[in-house]
Amino acid sequence: MDMKQWEGFVKGEWNNRIYVDDFINLNYHPYDGDGSFLEGPTARTTECNNRVQELLEAERKAGGTLKVDASRIMRINAFDPGYIIEGKDVIVGLQTDEPLKRGICPFGGIRMVKQELEEYGEKLPENIDFMFNYVTTHNDGVFKAYSKEMKQARHLGFITGLPDAYGRGRIIGDYRRAALYGIDYLIEEKKKDHEEIASRSPLLDENIRLAEEISNQIEALKQIKLMAEKYGYDISQPASDVKEAIQWIYFAYLAGIKEENGAAMSLGRTATFVDIYAERDLERGRYTEEEIQEFVDDFILKLRVARHLRTSEYNELFGGDPMWITEGLAGIGADGRHRVTKNTFRVLNTLYNLGAAPEPNLTVLWSEKLPENFKKFCAQVSIDTDSIQYENDDKMRASYGDDYSIACCVSAIQMGEQMQFFGARCNLAKCLLLAINGGVDEQTGEHLGPQMDPMPLDKPLDYDEVWRRYGIYLEWLMSLYARIMNIIHFMHDRYDYESSQMAFLNSEVKRLMAFGVAGFSVAADSLSAIKYAKVWPIADENGVIVDYRTEGDFPKYGNDDDRVDDIAVAVSEKSIAELRKHPTYRNAVTTMSVLTITSNVMYGKRTGNTPDGRRAGTPFAPGANPMHNRDEKGAIASLNSVAKISWDTCQDGISNTFSIVPEALGKSREQRNDVLVNLLTGYFKQGAHHLNVNVLNRDTLVDAYNNPDKYPNLTIRVSGYAVRFNALSKAHQKEVIERTFHVEV
Amino acid sequence: MSKTTAKIHSIETFGAVDGPGIRTVFFMQGCPARCMYCHNPDTWSCGGGSEITIDEMLRTALRGKMYYGEEGGVTFSGGEAMMQGEFLLEAIKVLHENDINVCIDTSGTWWDEYTEDVIREADMLLLDVKHSEKDMFREISGRSMVGLYRVISMANKHNTKVWIRQVVVPGINDSEENIRELADFIHKYVENLYCAELLGYHTMGKSKYENLGIKYRLEGVKAMDSQKLNKLNNLLQERIVA
Repeated sequence: MDMKQWEGFVKGEWNNRIYVDDFINLNYHPYDGDGSFLEGPTARTTECNNRVQELLEAERKAGGTLKVDASRIMRINAFDPGYIIEGKDVIVGLQTDEPLKRGICPFGGIRMVKQELEEYGEKLPENIDFMFNYVTTHNDGVFKAYSKEMKQARHLGFITGLPDAYGRGRIIGDYRRAALYGIDYLIEEKKKDHEEIASRSPLLDENIRLAEEISNQIEALKQIKLMAEKYGYDISQPASDVKEAIQWIYFAYLAGIKEENGAAMSLGRTATFVDIYAERDLERGRYTEEEIQEFVDDFILKLRVARHLRTSEYNELFGGDPMWITEGLAGIGADGRHRVTKNTFRVLNTLYNLGAAPEPNLTVLWSEKLPENFKKFCAQVSIDTDSIQYENDDKMRASYGDDYSIACCVSAIQMGEQMQFFGARCNLAKCLLLAINGGVDEQTGEHLGPQMDPMPLDKPLDYDEVWRRYGIYLEWLMSLYARIMNIIHFMHDRYDYESSQMAFLNSEVKRLMAFGVAGFSVAADSLSAIKYAKVWPIADENGVIVDYRTEGDFPKYGNDDDRVDDIAVAVSEKSIAELRKHPTYRNAVTTMSVLTITSNVMYGKRTGNTPDGRRAGTPFAPGANPMHNRDEKGAIASLNSVAKISWDTCQDGISNTFSIVPEALGKSREQRNDVLVNLLTGYFKQGAHHLNVNVLNRDTLVDAYNNPDKYPNLTIRVSGYAVRFNALSKAHQKEVIERTFHVEV
Repeated sequence: MSKTTAKIHSIETFGAVDGPGIRTVFFMQGCPARCMYCHNPDTWSCGGGSEITIDEMLRTALRGKMYYGEEGGVTFSGGEAMMQGEFLLEAIKVLHENDINVCIDTSGTWWDEYTEDVIREADMLLLDVKHSEKDMFREISGRSMVGLYRVISMANKHNTKVWIRQVVVPGINDSEENIRELADFIHKYVENLYCAELLGYHTMGKSKYENLGIKYRLEGVKAMDSQKLNKLNNLLQERIVA
């Protein structure tokens, strides 16, 4: 197969079938230089960016949501075209017909939509309301199937944040396929797949379901073409230059965020792909460096105004109004060449041209083999903007190949070949309290799980006995969790299938089922207290153990002390081992993350006093972080503790968020860049997985807490993603301020 | 296995301002000086602190090795590290066996039978020059300046690199005159200069004095203004090159 749009590209297997990685591998130009070639913003870019800044200010003043349109259901073509400034946008397309205007996605759950509208003083139109008397949503389906025990574990806070009332997200279409092949070719391929699958015999559940899904995908592809036409583009054919390549990718992505309100809607891994078109256009003189940077800037600006309508309950879990438009940058190819290109720099340069911002969630796929110039540039961007995160490419590439991307915060997925069933997380600290109480919830006194006597009150807790019981309760909890996940994803496929995103994946996609854990460091420190100090249980008048008195000191996770770090590792190993025992819907591969987003605050609220001395209701540390300010031996000891958690047990990611004051990195700008590069090098060399880097003073956050107007764009990394500090609730802001800031005195 | 142990105050596993690159910093317990601006008065007493063996020290240092890069390593600071010279000497030996660079942070207010050997073996001396004039030196530190001259001459003799530091306190040593004198002092005495820098006085250590029940001599003195410090630092750099 040959197309005129492919002129100048090296041919290969990608000409015979959909194989984007092969196209990249044969055609990209690794770039070893520095950022000196980069261009600043054009006058047009600045004008559009200023307009967005005004809108963001208005959005913040309106309490976080600027406009809601409940008049219609969000579908690919529900809205007419919209622009930031009509006639000025060089990359076009918005979710609705106005920037920052939010629409409704009711197929995940109509109740949630009604609640959202009530909060914003809007009402669901009668015809939509009427229609949902006869339409089953994903949320309806899930609750029809849940057992009583499942509902109880959910409402008591053992398993929460589940995607059972909204879109599950975490699916990443390979939107590059739209640019490389054009939509018509993708439709043809899907038709072939459909015919083959629908002709199978015996034709049972899986194949029937798949055949129907592929039909839906084909319909979505047609709708995407129609959407592009409304903006004046014919995307049936491949993109012919860099501007079109970006535009085609964006249209494909946009369809997904128009019809789905999934928690995390990643972009994938587009920068190096786009660079191939940029290099061709620079060489043939079609576009200048300045023009190409302008396309990239405008693309990123569009991603910054993407929004979903959320409830306040949802915001409590995932603070800061995130979309997780995650883009994986750099990394190493299968042939050993790094995948840094000039366009990788251009994407990072948007943080200077447009200012710091949380979206898209720029994620550097770190390897020691990345060029030094690029490493230093990343360090500088981190220090200047606090807007990027790092993940270990050497680890992920070994499991997912070279062409993977990041779903949500930290979860690797093979581009085009895999999807993920997102599963929020269960509460490891609360499970420990349940074990100590023998199956009684410490906050409500409700009975749940296996029943046994509480731990005796007349002596300090016996570690071996607590550990034995913890194993029993983890076994119970993980079994319940696995069954809940099967229900959720069965129903999501059935009632809220993501046709437009799935259209850019292989028809017979491989699936990952991503479980998660919260309260990790609290569980580890609590067990350490029981093992190394004397922990006396204290019961209330009903005999429920609700508090602890601890005599003596104990090692705390975050100080590179094997005595407690080994406990943390054992908890992670036990958790995944229990999860792996259970069969999964559509034979998904079981994975696990130690990641909380900002739900560490809510999980803490739902958890009583813990044996480590943490008081009831106070936040957990985020992700795999040591508890706030318990990591007393400095940053490296803290990083080394987290690095002990094995990637093999947590292939969905181990999130660590790190804050350091600029002065602690050194005196001069160059020195700080070098020190940060060495810090990342040492951490990832040990096989550690993820690091969010914040370089700022606590005082700045305190000032922003008190004077939000002074800091409209203060961006910080929280847990696998970044937020505008002002977009967080006061409770989330407080928790971020309480975290350890590494300061050398 | 070595029986040598040291008294340490604390360990900072990520030090980026006490010597080149990323360093593991061992803050040694005990100090003969009583500097007016000291932010770690809890390191003064030789009685406090916790004990660390050579093996424990080495194990901690090795946990940082992947972060050290080409420049980083271990720094022994204090307190006054030179008060535990026997330990330092053995520490340097085992660290060098493991290809780890060693800096010694000292104020020159203590020297004994081990000091010259430590200076000979160390990769760099971080020399905290309290003041370049002897009366002020004594006023600030409560110690004589004689030790400082000895330490510098040892560094000269063994060609050990020296990184000079001075804490600048408003109203005490923040005049341009003082900086010029410091530069002259460096020119005159230090042969193998790596770099020289001024550090601004800050008030973060103050609360420790209250907790320890020690009178704080700089009550009411404000933290050093960072712009003025920059200016003085630039002046120092100009004078050193000249």
